[in-house]
Amino acid sequence: MAEGIKDKVAIIGMGCTKFGELWDKGPENLMVEAFQEAIEDAGIEKKDIGAAWCGTCYDEVSVGKSAIPMAATLKLPFIPATRVENFCATGSEALRGACYAVASGAYDICLALGVEKLKDIGYGGLPQNEVQWGTRFRLVFPNLTPPGAFAMMGTRYFAQHGINPQDGKHALARITVKSHRNGAKNPKAHLRREVTIEEVMNAPIVAWPLGLFDCCGVSDGAAAAIVVRADMARKFRPDPVYVKSLQIAASSGEEMAYTEWDYAHVETTARASQRAYREAGIKNPREEISMMEVHDCFSITELVTYEDLGISPRGRAKEDVEAGFFDLDGKLPCQPDGGLKCFGHPIGASGLRMMYEMYKQFQGKAGPRQIKNPRLGLTHNMGGIPPVNVVSVCIVGL
Amino acid sequence: MIGITSYGAYIPFYRMNRMTIYGALGWLNPASLLPGEKAVANYDEDSLTMAVAAAMDCLGGIERNKIGGVFFATTTAPYRERQNAGIIATVLDLRPDIRTSDFTASAKAGTGAFISAYDAVTSGSADNVLVCAADCRLGKPAGYLEEVYGDGGAAFLMGDSGVIASVEGTHSVSYDFVDHWRADEDRYNRAWEDRWIRDEGYGRFISEAISGLLRKYKLAPKDFAKVVYPCQYIRAHADIGKNLGFAPNQIQDHMFTATGHTGTAYPLMMLVAALEDAKPGDRILVASYGNGGDALVLQVTEEIQKARDRRGIRKHLASKKDLGSYEKYATFRNILGIDTGGRGEEVASTQMSTLWRERKMVLALCGSKCRRCGTPQYPPQQICANPKCGAVDEMDDYRFADRRGALFTYTSDLLAFSLSPPAIYGFVDFEGGGRWFFDLNDCDLESLSVGMPVELSFRKKYHDVARGIHGYYWKAIPVRA
Repeated sequence: MAEGIKDKVAIIGMGCTKFGELWDKGPENLMVEAFQEAIEDAGIEKKDIGAAWCGTCYDEVSVGKSAIPMAATLKLPFIPATRVENFCATGSEALRGACYAVASGAYDICLALGVEKLKDIGYGGLPQNEVQWGTRFRLVFPNLTPPGAFAMMGTRYFAQHGINPQDGKHALARITVKSHRNGAKNPKAHLRREVTIEEVMNAPIVAWPLGLFDCCGVSDGAAAAIVVRADMARKFRPDPVYVKSLQIAASSGEEMAYTEWDYAHVETTARASQRAYREAGIKNPREEISMMEVHDCFSITELVTYEDLGISPRGRAKEDVEAGFFDLDGKLPCQPDGGLKCFGHPIGASGLRMMYEMYKQFQGKAGPRQIKNPRLGLTHNMGGIPPVNVVSVCIVGL
Repeated sequence: MIGITSYGAYIPFYRMNRMTIYGALGWLNPASLLPGEKAVANYDEDSLTMAVAAAMDCLGGIERNKIGGVFFATTTAPYRERQNAGIIATVLDLRPDIRTSDFTASAKAGTGAFISAYDAVTSGSADNVLVCAADCRLGKPAGYLEEVYGDGGAAFLMGDSGVIASVEGTHSVSYDFVDHWRADEDRYNRAWEDRWIRDEGYGRFISEAISGLLRKYKLAPKDFAKVVYPCQYIRAHADIGKNLGFAPNQIQDHMFTATGHTGTAYPLMMLVAALEDAKPGDRILVASYGNGGDALVLQVTEEIQKARDRRGIRKHLASKKDLGSYEKYATFRNILGIDTGGRGEEVASTQMSTLWRERKMVLALCGSKCRRCGTPQYPPQQICANPKCGAVDEMDDYRFADRRGALFTYTSDLLAFSLSPPAIYGFVDFEGGGRWFFDLNDCDLESLSVGMPVELSFRKKYHDVARGIHGYYWKAIPVRA
């Protein structure tokens, strides 16, 4: 009988580089920086690591394929190393590999590392994406970019809930303003400037209805985690963070090929979060979760995620947003570190960057962003586009 | 009785006033101004896509497996080797045991294909041959031909039952009269002096072909309701008919000031316009011009009454938008060589073996329909996408290309590279079921709304210059009135 991984694995060390347009740093430098911080934080040595997972997505503009670049760069001593990739949920996938390996009893200590070097692409945005859909689908995909794929969710969401686009854009702007306010307080964030509702709403359109500030940045970065068997965690530090659940859901294909899906929500988020709550023993996420880092690649994604996670009722996340429910001083702070919005989105690193904030918050090391007495934290990492994607939901706590 | 059993046409949505060209480049050639406007293919249209559009107009509800051949006439085929008519046959989801041929290298190739189709049906070697003609020629910037040439297509089905206009006779003349030419390595047409072309070629060969036809079949101008022949010079066009003894009301409107000279398709598009107004019993004379010319006699039958629900010429002419700027035209036709930026430079390779395997999915927009639950789905699935069904390998081919749909959601994207930004795309829910996302064209963001009706249009998806590949797929467009 499968019993899940609740409280079997703990995080005892984490590292995270500053995210940004790091023109003078290559992905190898970023891996070293995140890794060194993580093992020093954990108080372990390289030789203690049983196995390692490396998450990176756009291998062609970054470190290349396989886990070899990580193993060779970090001089890992001939240990098992695996590269994972699951679009923008890649970072969480690396963490999942490490956590499940420890939970299985195969290893005591594992490393999860995520890295992406996006600013060597040569133009703005993510790399032109035809190739990544494979040789069959790229023949029939439209000329779409991530902003457009998510913008279509905005169009649908507004239509489905009868929201006037200007009111809808106001709620989206409110989400952005909140994240920028948090990001401004975070020295590791890429964008550290507060913005106003007016600035956000008047920004140039990237993909209707999303404007410039509705889109997260594109940046370079790396993050790493050291995970251990829960029963040995306190030998390393007094304040380990325990994994309560780490669930993932991939699209079944029906959202895309069948006509029942409404494009106003992300089905995988709903599925993964329900499983995660069950595993973690959460009955009422709105009341029980203390803080979260969700995949705010675009403001509309964050809006529907509130509903898909079961925090806000369907069609009514807007009310919570406008009421400040997700603000740093609100009932359930979301994106306390500034989110993808302010960190940018070095694909392989983002899932681990989210966890880095949860980890620091639990340890009371979040500085001006510190949330009082958090009990449970949630990270939500989404890869792909709303009709076809993979979502991971991870719940951690003390 | 053998002849036309159906007809169709296509004129692209965009028009350009010739004054726009003159405004941009007239300073180089002040004597060049011509009246009216010309039809301009969108950046993702070419002769192949326009021929498909005309063929779709022509075929309507006709069973595709009844078609026994495709003859495609153009001087601007996307491929020199890879038969263009064969691509059209695949796009139209025709059966494989048919005859396909390209006709090219002269503006008279349209009537050449038409007469060849007639001959094929007459001889019994093929039945129900689809003839399509389309052209998208380029005159060099600031030259006279740039104002002359327009873009468009026409299509006919040639058969022996349900004939709406029977072919009663043909006559051809052929001369190596080099008035316009384009060598293997040329993009733009060249021409000799206009006065010589007008007086020694255009003014003579159409008359010679028509006179020869009249003599051969013992007919006189008064026996015809309409005479159809292309216009290269407006006054000379009128003079040809007049000198042959046709009254002005017998001469079919030349559309030169509405579409421009559409090459191989031109006389055939004019014939479609003539058929739109024809009555049973009318005789129509059609002649082409180009290195000589062809002439033929058509006799309209009672069946013409059943063939009125086409977009044809009249509706396509009425459905239009002015392109506005010459620079946009020059960008669409790759005359300018714009800076596409890094994103625009990236073209994924095309695996020919994949394209072959998936030809129905890509070119004919075929998905699948589950035999167990009846769900149409795209792309074709082996395992039914209906979560309540899940049947395995119980699928039939299901063609979405000729179905309308409702726009489920959409966006206009300024990050995506497009030759006509913003890139607009959205999801379409098809009538009868099925959903897929498509680029949208011939529209702007303001004209779109969730739920609005759309139809599909076969378009160029990419041009991979480095690998010599024109890639095609379907786009959604607002339903053209």
